[in-house]
Amino acid sequence: MLAEKLEKRFGDFVAVDGISFRIERGEVFGFLGPNGAGKTSTMRMVACMSPASGGTLLVRGMDPHRHGPAIRAGIGVVPQEDALDGELSVLDNLLVYGRYFDIPRRVARQRALELLDGAQLSGRSSARVESLSGGMRRRLTIARALISRPELLILDEPTTGLDPQARHLVWERLFQLRREGVTLVVTTHYMDEAEQLCDRLVVMERGRIVGEGSPRQLIRQHVTREVLEVRLDDGGYAGVIAALTSAGLADRCEVLADRLLCYGADGDEMLAELDRRRTELGRIELVSALVRRGSLEDVFLALTGRSLNE
Amino acid sequence: MSAARLPVETPLAWRALRAWCYRQAKTWRTLVTMSLFYPTLYLAAIGVGLGSLVDHHLAGVASRASLGGVSDLAFVAPGLLAASAMQIGTQSATWPVFGAMRWDRTYASQLATPLRVVDVLVGHVGYIVVRLLATSVVFLAVIAAFGVVASPQAVLAVPAAVLTGAACATPLFALSATVETEVAFSPLQRLVVVPLFLFSGDFFPISRLPGWLQALAEATPLYHGVALCRGATLGRLDHWSMLGHLAYLVALGSVGLAAARRRFERRLAR
Repeated sequence: MLAEKLEKRFGDFVAVDGISFRIERGEVFGFLGPNGAGKTSTMRMVACMSPASGGTLLVRGMDPHRHGPAIRAGIGVVPQEDALDGELSVLDNLLVYGRYFDIPRRVARQRALELLDGAQLSGRSSARVESLSGGMRRRLTIARALISRPELLILDEPTTGLDPQARHLVWERLFQLRREGVTLVVTTHYMDEAEQLCDRLVVMERGRIVGEGSPRQLIRQHVTREVLEVRLDDGGYAGVIAALTSAGLADRCEVLADRLLCYGADGDEMLAELDRRRTELGRIELVSALVRRGSLEDVFLALTGRSLNE
Repeated sequence: MSAARLPVETPLAWRALRAWCYRQAKTWRTLVTMSLFYPTLYLAAIGVGLGSLVDHHLAGVASRASLGGVSDLAFVAPGLLAASAMQIGTQSATWPVFGAMRWDRTYASQLATPLRVVDVLVGHVGYIVVRLLATSVVFLAVIAAFGVVASPQAVLAVPAAVLTGAACATPLFALSATVETEVAFSPLQRLVVVPLFLFSGDFFPISRLPGWLQALAEATPLYHGVALCRGATLGRLDHWSMLGHLAYLVALGSVGLAAARRRFERRLAR
C-alpha cells in the first residue's frame, strides 16, 4: 500500500493534510495519535470506503477510485464501533457478511465455525449479539472481517473501551494473524498497544505525520536512552532542571502537570546527582523518583509537545 | 496484483438484497401470517359489514353508477391492495433506512465489503420490492377468494401494487438518508400516509370530493396506484388514462431513486 500527499477535507476542515507512507505486505503498521489527529479518516480512505480529497493512494496495488470493489474483496475492516446486526445470531452475523463477498454458503459456514473457535466464541454461536460483552463483540467483529480471508486487515482502535483482559485476548488474536502473514493496519491512541503490536508506525498530529519508524527507531531518534521521572511536592522544578543540565546529565527536561521528566543517557546518575546536591537544592522535597527506559510516550511528547494522557 | 477483476460474478446489489432477505427469512412465519391477516380482516369488514350495508341501501341507484356498476367490495378491494402497498413502502423506507444508516450501521458494514453505495441502495430498495411482491400476491389471492376479481387482467394488479409501494418508498429513502433524527417519521405516517389512505379513491370515488380536494387527491401517488389496481381487477386496463397513472408512478419512483442515490452518496461516501 502506498500513499503520497494523501488529503481528506470536509468543507473547510482539513482532516488529513498531505500524508505519505508505505505499508509492506505482512507487516503490522500503526497510526498513533490523539483523537482528532485524522487516524479514522485515513483508515476510511485506506479501506476504500471514503474517497481521498487529494494525493494518490494505491491499495493492493490498485487505485481505490477505479477498483474499489476489487480492492475491498481482499480487505477486512474492523471499525471503531462494532456495527454488528443485533437481530441476528453470532453465527448468522458471519454468514450474512460472508455472502457480501459471495462466499458459497457451505464454505462460509465452515470458515465461520473456525473463526468463532479462534475468537473463543464457539459456545456462543447461536446467541444473539445483544447478549455479548464488549470484548466478545470486538472479537466477533474481527472474526467477521476475516470471513473473506483478507490479505489486509484494517483495525480502527481495536481495543478502545475494552478491559485489560479483553485487550489481551484481542492482541493475542492479532499476533496470531501476523504469524499467518496477514498485513495489519492499526490505529490506536494507546502507547503500549502501538509499542507491542506494531513493526512500524507513524505518529499523527492534526492531520500530519510527525514521526515515522519502528517503535525502537522512534525512541532512539527522538528520546534519550533513559528517563528520570521526578515528583516534587512544591513544584520547584527550575532548580532540578538547572542542576541536571549544568552537570551535563540531562539533554532535555519536560514539565508535566504532575511530574518532571528528565531525559539523559543515565537515569541513575541523574538521580545520584540530585542526591549530591540535596543541600544546595535545600528546600526541595522529593516525593518520588523513578528511572525508566525511554518509551513511545516520550516520543510522542517530544514530537507534539503534549501528553497523550487526556 | 494489478489485474482489477472482480473475483466473483454475483452482482453486488443482488448480494445486498439477498442479505436483507436472509435476515427477514428468520421471521417468515410472522410475515406470512401478517400478510394474510391484514387483507382478510379488511375485506371481511368491508365486504360482509360495511359494503353490504352500502350496497343494500343504495342498490341500483346513484351509488352503483358512481362505483362503475360494481359492488362496494369489488370497488374497495383493489384500493386496499394499493393502499397496503403504500403503507409497506412508506414504513420500510423510513425507520429501517434510518436505522441501517445510524443505529445498526448496516450500510457502513456493507460498504466495507465489495459493495458500492449504489449497490447498498439498490439492494435495499430491491428487498422492499420483493416484500411488496410477496404481500401483493397474497393480497390478490385473498381478493380472489372473496370472489371480486372480474378478469384475468387482475394478475397485473400485482405489478401495479408493487410499483405504487416502490414509488412511495424511493423519495422516503432520500428523506431518511437526510434527516438527523427519526422524529419526523411518526407525523409523516399520521399526517400524510393516513390522509392519503382515506382520500385517494380507495374507499369512494374522488368525484365525491369538493373540486380542490379532488385536484389534491389526483396529485398523490396512491390515487394513481388505486386506479391501476382497480383497472386490473375489474378488467378495465384498456383505457388510455392508465398510461398516465403508470407514467406518474414511474416518474415519482425514478426521481425518488435519483434523489436517494445523491443523498446516500453524500452521507455514506464522505
